[in-house]
Amino acid sequence: MRMSTFILKRLSYTVFVLFGLSILIFVIARVLPGDPARLALGPRAPDWAVENLRQQLHLNEPLYIQYFYWVSDAARGSLGESLVTRRDVLTDVQEFLPATLELITLSALLVVGLAIPIGMVAGRRANSWFDNLVRVLSYVGVAVPAFVAAIVFLLVFGFMLNIAPSIGRISPNIAAPPTVTGFITIDSLISGNITAFFDAVVHLILPALALALGPIAQEARITRSSVVENLNKDYILSTVSHGVPERLLTLKYLLRPSMIPTVSVMGLDIAALIANAFLVELIFNWPGVSRYGITAMLRKDLNAIVAVVMIAGIIFAIANIVVDLIVAYLDPRIRLVERAA
Amino acid sequence: MTGQLLEVNDLHISYKVYEGLLRVLNGVSISVGEKEKVGIIGESGCGKTTTMKAIMRILAANAMVAGGTIAYKGHDILRLGRQELMRLHRTSMSMIFQDPTAALNPVFKIGDQLQDIVRYSEWRSSVPNKQEVRTRAVELLKSAALPEPERILDSYPFQLSGGMRQRVCIAMSLASAKDLLIADEPGTSLDVTIEDQIMRLLKQIVEERGLSVILISHSIGAVKGFVTKLYVMYAGMMVEEAPTEELFSNPLHPYTQNLLKAVPKLTGGGVPEGIAGRIPSYLTITDACRFGSRCRFAKEHCHINAPPAFDVGNGHKVACFLYGGS
Amino acid sequence: MKGAISRGGFDYRKSWHKFSKNYLSAVGLGVVLLVAFVAIFAPYISPYPSHAEFYVNYPEAHEPPNWVHVLGTDQFGRDVLSRIMFGFRYSLMMAVVVLSLVVPPGVVLGLVAGYYRGGKAEMVIMRAADIFLAVPPLVLALSICSVLTPSVFNAMMAVSLMWWPWYTRLVYSISSSLRNEAFVQAAEIAGASPFHIIFREILPNCLGPILTKMTLDAGWVILIGASLSFVGLGAQPPTPDLGTMVSEGGKFLPELWWISMFPAMTIVLVILGFNLLGDGVRDLFAAEAV
Repeated sequence: MRMSTFILKRLSYTVFVLFGLSILIFVIARVLPGDPARLALGPRAPDWAVENLRQQLHLNEPLYIQYFYWVSDAARGSLGESLVTRRDVLTDVQEFLPATLELITLSALLVVGLAIPIGMVAGRRANSWFDNLVRVLSYVGVAVPAFVAAIVFLLVFGFMLNIAPSIGRISPNIAAPPTVTGFITIDSLISGNITAFFDAVVHLILPALALALGPIAQEARITRSSVVENLNKDYILSTVSHGVPERLLTLKYLLRPSMIPTVSVMGLDIAALIANAFLVELIFNWPGVSRYGITAMLRKDLNAIVAVVMIAGIIFAIANIVVDLIVAYLDPRIRLVERAA
Repeated sequence: MTGQLLEVNDLHISYKVYEGLLRVLNGVSISVGEKEKVGIIGESGCGKTTTMKAIMRILAANAMVAGGTIAYKGHDILRLGRQELMRLHRTSMSMIFQDPTAALNPVFKIGDQLQDIVRYSEWRSSVPNKQEVRTRAVELLKSAALPEPERILDSYPFQLSGGMRQRVCIAMSLASAKDLLIADEPGTSLDVTIEDQIMRLLKQIVEERGLSVILISHSIGAVKGFVTKLYVMYAGMMVEEAPTEELFSNPLHPYTQNLLKAVPKLTGGGVPEGIAGRIPSYLTITDACRFGSRCRFAKEHCHINAPPAFDVGNGHKVACFLYGGS
Repeated sequence: MKGAISRGGFDYRKSWHKFSKNYLSAVGLGVVLLVAFVAIFAPYISPYPSHAEFYVNYPEAHEPPNWVHVLGTDQFGRDVLSRIMFGFRYSLMMAVVVLSLVVPPGVVLGLVAGYYRGGKAEMVIMRAADIFLAVPPLVLALSICSVLTPSVFNAMMAVSLMWWPWYTRLVYSISSSLRNEAFVQAAEIAGASPFHIIFREILPNCLGPILTKMTLDAGWVILIGASLSFVGLGAQPPTPDLGTMVSEGGKFLPELWWISMFPAMTIVLVILGFNLLGDGVRDLFAAEAV
């Protein structure tokens, strides 16, 4: 099917799924045992305060009415009030989202930029010291949870070696560039402030690496085994037998078919970066929407929790669609099967 | 030793696998002269493709050459340097693989693959312009009797039929084969009628360009009208070698005799029997004659030593103790 | 009539032989067995079993690794090694409970959805699965836990609630492709009931991937459990859960590194063990299928 039809179909399906998700979250939040209002205010709060909050959150109304309130609020641009910050959740999200997006984007770039080359080289030089090293490290890398990686990085690079700073997005003594996109890196480039740019990158690198470690290990491993398998395929042997130079063979004819299994998994992992961001932002005290979400979860800030989960769902869905598009681009069989001669 | 385009001498090749060593080739020798057309027949798994891959030096990473030499145009193929080998690949020798679907990269257009091959085969040092390369590619597709070559260049392999893919592979080989063409069972995966067309095409091309050919086949019929010398291979051993006519009229090796009898004849004679038994396992193979376990005439010494190739005159050689020594 | 694809008996000896030759999988198995052993016998083999729960002994607090306390002591004077050993109990319990709760319903739903292709059942089941899978697992787990009182039990319930769709999807893809195979249709013609077909014909063909996934999932469930307690939404102090230990010890970085580092490394070790074992299980079934 054509690209535009494909995108349209996926988008509409995604919207449907996200609606379902909102209902799911809503139901879970309201239906599970425990009074959300009581949990939010704590056991010592007076009953009238709890009752007030219940009224405010429409908790006494039937479920579908509550959902209706939520949807109509959202349509009018409000995501409810946060119990913690006392502002509209939408404002909070707008403030914190760019930081998370910046972090995730850099992580994704690291995954793509590191995993595939490492996997390719390891596969080409199968059983060499490099390959064995890659295989061992990737086994371990996959088993290391993001929060463990984050703590280890913090400890080693932040404290022991003192290479990278550990807190915040930018050093206190450097002026932040005027906000255009919310990405400090891009904004500082736009305003020509190179010092700020490098400073921002240095602050970004540790959390981004911690997030990217697992996926890099996984994708490098898949690329490597894909390369090893493809090296024996007839179409590669045929290309060699025709005298095509090695560089061209590796970078063009070997790379693309080997990338395809990787990219699909990479999509899942990159989409899941948003999930691990919750822990990593917490550890690095990164002012992003995930850390905001964790705080909301610990403080039972219902409106904020719902909003954050929906955002995670949206980011996840978009990332998945993008990856599907990339895979379709790389593998013409998926794109064109319906038009086969 | 002289005057031959290709001389494979006493080749021993093993594959290292998890369970041990697969000793596949056990002293294979072939020779192909200029403009000579040679055929190899044998059942699946007997090592025909391994031998061909050894000649082209595209063996798998776990393959070990345990002995023997391959001489091509005076070069020692097995010890040749990368650059020299690549030069031979681009200008002198080329191979058509058994399954054209597997031999074409599925995620690239035919045009990409063919043009890259053409570009390096013809414009080795200079940088050609794209139009020249494309024109040349179209020419090659035409010589392989492909209609609408421009459309094919812009197609992906899965969009073509099996026969067309095979022709594309042939076209690719034409770019880089000036002396030797190896065709590994070129019709096996196709319909019989298409196979026939492909064989005719190959024959025509080979005649026109004066190429030497090694044709590997299951199909006795296909080789009969094509090659002048035939090798019969069994379980990594060359069991018989003879000019085509001679082999058909006077098969000497028990295996060859059974093989020829196994072809059903339209003129009657009933359904053929086949040969009892199977190819021995390369893992546990011994130094005995590899056909020994299935041979009606096997004697004691056949199960101890492998017979060398005995020359019975007329360009006819047989590796069987029935025809010499003990 | 046995399916053409489904296997008859399972050759245990041959499988074990194949499995043990791959030393990485054997290592994985060894690690998992070790963890299980320690978890079960923790009260008997740990040096200071009383340190596992509430215990305070300030004079012995903050000790780096030494001969008395092999992995050091934490801020309350509790022996880190003993607490890790007890921590295994919570990790394994998480894996066992969640998988037991999740696999049967998830698999059954997948079988049903795949068998009744094109019907209402398929649509409802798979759409529901899609909705649960629309959010990355950790996020869903975190949010479910966040509306409950934090505890180990609730964490297990939360993870169970969101884990079932993975099995449904896996089994659905296998069962829907097998649905039209000859052996299934033959059974239908012979008058076999859907129950028989689903459980005696289709299910055996799913066992390999299911078992592989379960082994690998054990590691991931433990990881999510540790993440939940790390954040504070799962096990609560003084419970010796590996995640809570990392979180509590994090406050004392970098000077008292052992309080959080050892539990962290242990988490990696456990997950690694299950991963290696899972790879071995997968290879086992892949080889059988040839």
